[in-house]
Amino acid sequence: MVDTIAYPVQLIQPDGRRVFRPDYTSLVRDIGPDQLRDLYEDLVVARRMDVEAVALQRQGELGLWAPLLGQEAAQVGSARALRPDDYAFISYREHAVAYCRGVDPGVMTRMWRGCAHFAWDPSSVNVTNPAIVVGSQGLHATGYAMGAHLDGAEIATIAYFGDGATSQGDIAEALGFSMSFNAPVVFFCQNNQFAISEPVHLQSPVPIAQRAAGYGMPAVRVDGNDVLAVLAVTRQATQRAREGSGPTFIEAVTYRMGPHTTSDDPTRYRAAAETEVWKARDPIDRIRRLLDREDLLDDVFLARVQATADDVAARLRSGTVEAPDPAPLDLFEHVYSTDHPLIDEEREQYAAYLAGFAGIEEALS
Amino acid sequence: MTTTTLSFGAALNAGLRRALEHDRKVVIMGEDVGRLGGVFRVTDTLQKDFGDNRVIDTPLAESGIIGAAFGMALRGYRPVCEIQFDGFVYPAFDQIVSQVAKIHYRTQGRVTAPLTIRIPYGGGIGAVEHHSESPEAYFAHTAGLRVVTPSNPADAFHMIQQSVASDDPVIFFEPKRRYWDKADFDVDAEPDLPLHRARVAREGTDATIVAYGSVVPTALSAAAVADDEGHSLEVIDLRSLSPIDFDTIEQSVRKTGRLVVAHEASTFAGLGAEIAARISERCFYQLDAPVLRVGGFDVPYPPAKLESHHLPDADRLLDAVDRSLAA
Repeated sequence: MVDTIAYPVQLIQPDGRRVFRPDYTSLVRDIGPDQLRDLYEDLVVARRMDVEAVALQRQGELGLWAPLLGQEAAQVGSARALRPDDYAFISYREHAVAYCRGVDPGVMTRMWRGCAHFAWDPSSVNVTNPAIVVGSQGLHATGYAMGAHLDGAEIATIAYFGDGATSQGDIAEALGFSMSFNAPVVFFCQNNQFAISEPVHLQSPVPIAQRAAGYGMPAVRVDGNDVLAVLAVTRQATQRAREGSGPTFIEAVTYRMGPHTTSDDPTRYRAAAETEVWKARDPIDRIRRLLDREDLLDDVFLARVQATADDVAARLRSGTVEAPDPAPLDLFEHVYSTDHPLIDEEREQYAAYLAGFAGIEEALS
Repeated sequence: MTTTTLSFGAALNAGLRRALEHDRKVVIMGEDVGRLGGVFRVTDTLQKDFGDNRVIDTPLAESGIIGAAFGMALRGYRPVCEIQFDGFVYPAFDQIVSQVAKIHYRTQGRVTAPLTIRIPYGGGIGAVEHHSESPEAYFAHTAGLRVVTPSNPADAFHMIQQSVASDDPVIFFEPKRRYWDKADFDVDAEPDLPLHRARVAREGTDATIVAYGSVVPTALSAAAVADDEGHSLEVIDLRSLSPIDFDTIEQSVRKTGRLVVAHEASTFAGLGAEIAARISERCFYQLDAPVLRVGGFDVPYPPAKLESHHLPDADRLLDAVDRSLAA
């Protein structure tokens, strides 16, 4: 039995060679050449989408964006382990998870543009809108899983969060609740080494996955830049959840290559040399090298991937720049699901106030 | 017609029982709500009768209770959470104000959070620190939440069922020193009022007292004393703290011309300030005196031996009424 905390699960080495791990390789036995190529495409699309959104922010079309650069394999590998009726509770960097779950790239930026607090209908894709207060979604995933458990539904719920969130009480409480109620939830921590500027050792002196042991929860550490290994461990965890064996904690060890958000300057808190080390572990390069070794790269395939990525990026761009501004009176909509006299009064007063300008604008025009 | 005599606590228990019977998606969750029946016995026998999948004893973690209940609501459940005491709600504050309150707005109506969060609140039972607070203004200040508090057993029975049925999240404050008050009422009658409406608890003509929760019986005794002294006081039981039924208050003030607002919570930036401001806007020319407030002092909730000074009693209310009448 390999100690997966001390030795994270890896199925592809940085140079593209496969690692044989009977316990985990068997979980991805069905991933043949076509499926490997699909995974590669997902990674490329995720990066392309992200690059496009960063550009849109720089062009003033988005107020903010949280780049996922470097975390593509952790997100794609885990999201591709999910079934349609599983439910994902995400944080603000999980653009690739959203993409893999079927979120329309044309709406993905809506929140970041400031058009709305939401981007998609959660129940249409079984993915929540991003949680901004870090760690809060761990409890929501746990509660959803408790409900699924009571319903007798054989589904898995997955909570995505970062290394910083593991310092929050809500994640600790979620681990406790999920064990108490045997909730079918997977805690998926993307340890990207930094919580904005704070290095992971400030959050925890021990590997984060080790914390699960205190709750009696099985945990696994995986090379988060290895899409195949992430797929394998997440499949194992979701399977445990679906069959009623309770929660699992996954720590995907990865690296945020870019800034925390487009407002951040990572050169203030980390050395270029460190980033270079991680560049050599790039998740896309890795699977590309594997495909190359196995003779699965050809021009037609690469052109197809490029076309898909460009198309997704174009949809993201047009969805962003063409998104209409909300109407002023939308301000008052959906605060409550039923009428509320205070809101109704304020809406009415503000509508009358706005209407007062109509005549002035007409006179000036 | 089934007139029953029930204490406030027993009325809540009966209301929760009805809610559990009415909708199998209703679940009760909190600390000690199961076998113990809650520290005030409000959920007594419910776990025995509905099972531990419907009445769930949780770990001691308030944020966990609310956050997990929120997740269950996303799965189609209607959780009723018990926070054991007022002063224990703060660890759950983030989940309540940042998640539960905002999800409907955030998703433009696609997701609702039909949670009822029961909080025994207020003082007067000689409790230790953190067991006697009145945090209602924090929640009334948060858009997306409904905040209510019954003052009598009949309202407790009906309002808890109305809260559970609401698709909006409801903070349900239970005035804990009234748990043992008893009343006769018809448990099969329809509720007189929708959840958001205030009730004129006593009609009068000389001045209006607005109170809610634990202070309503105090206001009614003050009115009885005033009556002996020849002053006719109208008492309004607010019932809903968000939204506030300003129409009912306005109607009363247009008649009496004078308003005193009373609550246990500290006066500064409390509900009384909001009511005074709104009524001043609405009734500026009808008011014969400034709106006065009688509340707790602006101190942390004091030790039990001092709480009788902190809590508004009938004398302090009558003193304010006298000042209003003298203006």
